[in-house]
Amino acid sequence: MSAVQATVPFETVRTPDAAGRPIKIHTRNVKVTYGQKQALHGVSIDIAEKAVTAFIGPSGCGKSTFLRCINRMNDTIAGARVEGTITLDDQDVYDPDLDVVELRARVGMVFQKPNPFPKSIFDNVAYGPRIHGLARSKADLEEIVVTSLQKASLFNEVKDRLTEPGTGLSGGQQQRLCIARAIAVSPEVILMDEPCSALDPIATAKIEELIDELRANFTIVIVTHSMQQAARVSQRTAFFHLGHLIEEGPTDHVFTNPLEQRTLDYITGRFG
Amino acid sequence: MGPLWLLALIAGLSFFGYVLGRWKSVVLSGKGALAARPGYYGAYVLVWTAMPALAILIVLSLAKPLIVDRTVRANLPETVLADTTQLSLQISGVEQVAAGLKLATPDELQNIRIGVVTARSVFARHGLPLGEDVKPYQLVAAGALNVVSDGLDTAIDAAVVAALAFGLIFAFARVRPRLRARNLVENTVLALLIAASSVAILTTVGIVLSLLFQALQFFSMVSPINFYFGTIWDPRFAAAGSTESGQFGFLPLFWGTIYISFFAMLVAVPVGLFSAVYMAEYAGSKVRSIAKPLIEILAGIPTIVYGFFALTTIGPFIRDWLAVPLGLGTSGNNVLTAGLVMGIMIIPYVSSLSDDIITAVPRSLRDGSLALGATRSETMRQVILPAALPGVVGAVLLAVSRAIGETMIVVLAAGVAARASLNPFAEMTTITVKIVNQLTGDLEFTSPQTLVAFALGITLFVITLGLNVLALTIVRKYREQYE
Repeated sequence: MSAVQATVPFETVRTPDAAGRPIKIHTRNVKVTYGQKQALHGVSIDIAEKAVTAFIGPSGCGKSTFLRCINRMNDTIAGARVEGTITLDDQDVYDPDLDVVELRARVGMVFQKPNPFPKSIFDNVAYGPRIHGLARSKADLEEIVVTSLQKASLFNEVKDRLTEPGTGLSGGQQQRLCIARAIAVSPEVILMDEPCSALDPIATAKIEELIDELRANFTIVIVTHSMQQAARVSQRTAFFHLGHLIEEGPTDHVFTNPLEQRTLDYITGRFG
Repeated sequence: MGPLWLLALIAGLSFFGYVLGRWKSVVLSGKGALAARPGYYGAYVLVWTAMPALAILIVLSLAKPLIVDRTVRANLPETVLADTTQLSLQISGVEQVAAGLKLATPDELQNIRIGVVTARSVFARHGLPLGEDVKPYQLVAAGALNVVSDGLDTAIDAAVVAALAFGLIFAFARVRPRLRARNLVENTVLALLIAASSVAILTTVGIVLSLLFQALQFFSMVSPINFYFGTIWDPRFAAAGSTESGQFGFLPLFWGTIYISFFAMLVAVPVGLFSAVYMAEYAGSKVRSIAKPLIEILAGIPTIVYGFFALTTIGPFIRDWLAVPLGLGTSGNNVLTAGLVMGIMIIPYVSSLSDDIITAVPRSLRDGSLALGATRSETMRQVILPAALPGVVGAVLLAVSRAIGETMIVVLAAGVAARASLNPFAEMTTITVKIVNQLTGDLEFTSPQTLVAFALGITLFVITLGLNVLALTIVRKYREQYE
């Protein structure tokens, strides 16, 4: 079946954005192969600035793979090959002259499982600013750490124990610490790969609330398995299936009035 | 019957018991459901046949030498018993005579008894030359020894056969359909497993105790203060009749050990760690699959070969190009050579263990750091190595233990001169080398010259044990952060 799909030209169903937000990331015909296995069959999508875009779809549909193309984390996987173009503010992400380290400073990432470093809470957040030399003085650094923790709505819970290890926090706190860590390097885009899949509903609600606040300053792309979550936090939704982008559009539109049969089937729980 | 015959008998009858038990259960299964498969009933009879007999055999075999020894002592005259330093020699003399008496024919025995021929000449004819003439009291004691020993052998045979018969019959009679044979087999397996682990533990305890007793004997002759704080190592030779005891200063040996190990770690830790980092983080799978085994080959080279290498290549090189031009020494045997070569030997210990530890650091930590825009080396230095540090420290301490215990390389590369000096081009030696030194040759385990080896041994043991405990503590203390 995938052979047929690969040969037949595939057309994504698109609904333009009524809000008319500027576009932060353009991608055209992005294909990814891991060794022999093709994971993405040409995905083109525009990601709006200062909005939350949700990628939904069943497991193995390529949404995480696509997410990892944007900050070139696929480079760290042996045998992964990426084709097509991805531009961030009209700059080609895969340009050989581009410094991938700088790119990742501009495009932060939050992972599925909270992964705080085995360091103190303070050092976890200060890690990025330190390696990028963002703080001129100790006071500067402290300010960055405190504001990042505040933006990640974690500061009040940890202000008295900044020197304690980050790994000692609860799962939800750890994930917010990871978000604070990402925010600390002042990225323009934050990629979130199923950030709540390892958390309980209360911690999830907090993260969702946080994402909603962060959207004022950051372009956010979130991969999620929870349709409710996508509906709650995102402004635009993209539905992936078997390595294709099936449909993308304003979230309320995709969820209430999908144009594609497969999208309807997925969001109503008929498969996936 | 000797113990081997008894073992064979036990094995044979146990197997027979297995077949019998299995057969009976198969027959019984015609009348109703069994609680276990037939093999378990066979094993049930096997266990009951073999275990009690084996236990009796082992206990009695262990007890036999003790009883024999008592008999010999009881038959030796007071004057012999009084001379405690010669007692063990006397007892082994009696044992030799006893062995000779067994070889002699009845006629010859009669002749010996009436004094027509000497026992020594008879034994010599049977291929058992003795060092001196057999004294009458030795003949008496040897005769008693043979009587007791033969009696004990018969008793062991009888007890084992009785246990076999009882076990076999008892277990066979008990084979019934409702018998929980599986549980018994399960318990036996558990007992075997426990026994296996006890062997390792008891051996360690035994080794430590024997070291300890000999060392205590040494310390009764040389005061621990003189030993541990003495700065001169000059044990002299344990010449017969000499009362001179020499000086047993531990410090020069300790210093030599530490100094050589220090140079070894100076080589092994950076090289081993860096190669581990390269293997774990940078090398592609192809390079890794070739390079890693190549590094590990280093661990397979016998240490004596490293010794040649030091003696013929590194040693002269260091002497000609460093020591002599600097005016610091003229010997091809020196601390630096030993340290360098030992360091090379230890590289695979450090690199292989560290590689495993670095690879075990969760991938999510790497991703987290890389996604923040850190380079690979920043990720390595600031995230992965700190996370892997406890394990790496453990690996390094294990390597230190290995370095401290190394002997062959030191003998060939650094020499045997006990000396405490800061000059890395001087000859020095280590604790282990001196242990070997003191224990080679014709020895008597009553003089401080030989007993000092046990004192050195137990000290070395305490040092390496301390290092291992330290390594474990460090690993445990920091592991919490890691999870």
